[in-house]
Amino acid sequence: MLRWIRGVAWGAIALLGFLTLAVSAGWLVTDGPLSERGVATEPASLPIGGPFSLTDHRGRAVTERDFAGRPAAVFFGFTHCPDVCPTTLGDMTALIEALGPEAERIHWLFVSVDWERDTPDALAGYLEAFDPRIVGLSGTEAQVAQAARSFRVYYRRVPTEGGGYTMDHSASVFLLDAAGRFAGTLDSKESREVALEKVRMLASR
Amino acid sequence: MRRNLLRLALLAAVMPLAAHAHDGHAPGGVTASQVWTRAVGATAPTAAGYMTLRNHGTVADRLVGAETPAARSVEIHEQRMDDGVMRMRPLPDGILIPPGETATLGPGGVHLMLVGPTRALARGERVPLTLRFERAGEVRVELTVEAAGARQPSHAGH
Repeated sequence: MLRWIRGVAWGAIALLGFLTLAVSAGWLVTDGPLSERGVATEPASLPIGGPFSLTDHRGRAVTERDFAGRPAAVFFGFTHCPDVCPTTLGDMTALIEALGPEAERIHWLFVSVDWERDTPDALAGYLEAFDPRIVGLSGTEAQVAQAARSFRVYYRRVPTEGGGYTMDHSASVFLLDAAGRFAGTLDSKESREVALEKVRMLASR
Repeated sequence: MRRNLLRLALLAAVMPLAAHAHDGHAPGGVTASQVWTRAVGATAPTAAGYMTLRNHGTVADRLVGAETPAARSVEIHEQRMDDGVMRMRPLPDGILIPPGETATLGPGGVHLMLVGPTRALARGERVPLTLRFERAGEVRVELTVEAAGARQPSHAGH
């Protein structure tokens, strides 16, 4: 009987010890000194940005690793887009010019969601009108789908009258820090000053 | 409300210009002012046409088409933003301009899509464009080429 009570007591102590250890370990990595500061509040906690395998407008095969080590501004669009894509690329061009040498610290990427029409050559011609530091990326249907998944980008091919088609697509410019983590977006409705401040901060990351 | 304010502001900006506009006057009374496009490379598949149309007549008119020697064809499109997604759709019925009112074609909204530019469009040059209205008939204007991706014509409000 006594032995039984002693067994239960030791069991209780062991359980208590385990709980104490587990709770303090949990505290250490969440709120304690071993935690990653601000994980829950920073946009970096959003799973935007990730693996892709595409071809740049000079015909070079690239992946996200080719753009690692420097922050990036990434915009998804397509070249048969007369309005919003040139507006965004024009804004990007203006930001690059306003940043000056700092602009070199950022990768400026234009990813096409139009896998059928946007060859590297088509992208090269389209980008001629904008800052030469903007890199065009295109790929096969599957490659575009993977890139879009990595950035949580919506796109859809919409048939138009006469057998053509247009593309619906997410219009944000995604900002990634040098480690490839999501660091915010540029919105077409915000002022140039706000956008410039955002990319200036990005360049220093 | 905000859209109406914007429209008013735009109207105020183009009013003096429309009053002095020499080009684009049709017997039916539709004038086009601030007619502009953006620079594109020689192989660009599309370009855009923007302008302010004013109906001086007493009946509604409608822009139903356009053509330019600088592009294979011209379509009328609307750009819409739904939940962060850009959608562009043709406007098969064209653009209605009620009597005494203006219709503004600009970035991020209704625009002309110049399909298949036949050559590069360089900043500063002028490109002929013929607008076709249901009542006013043909109106000849010139697109002023602004910088690639410009958000507004460089002489807006002059």
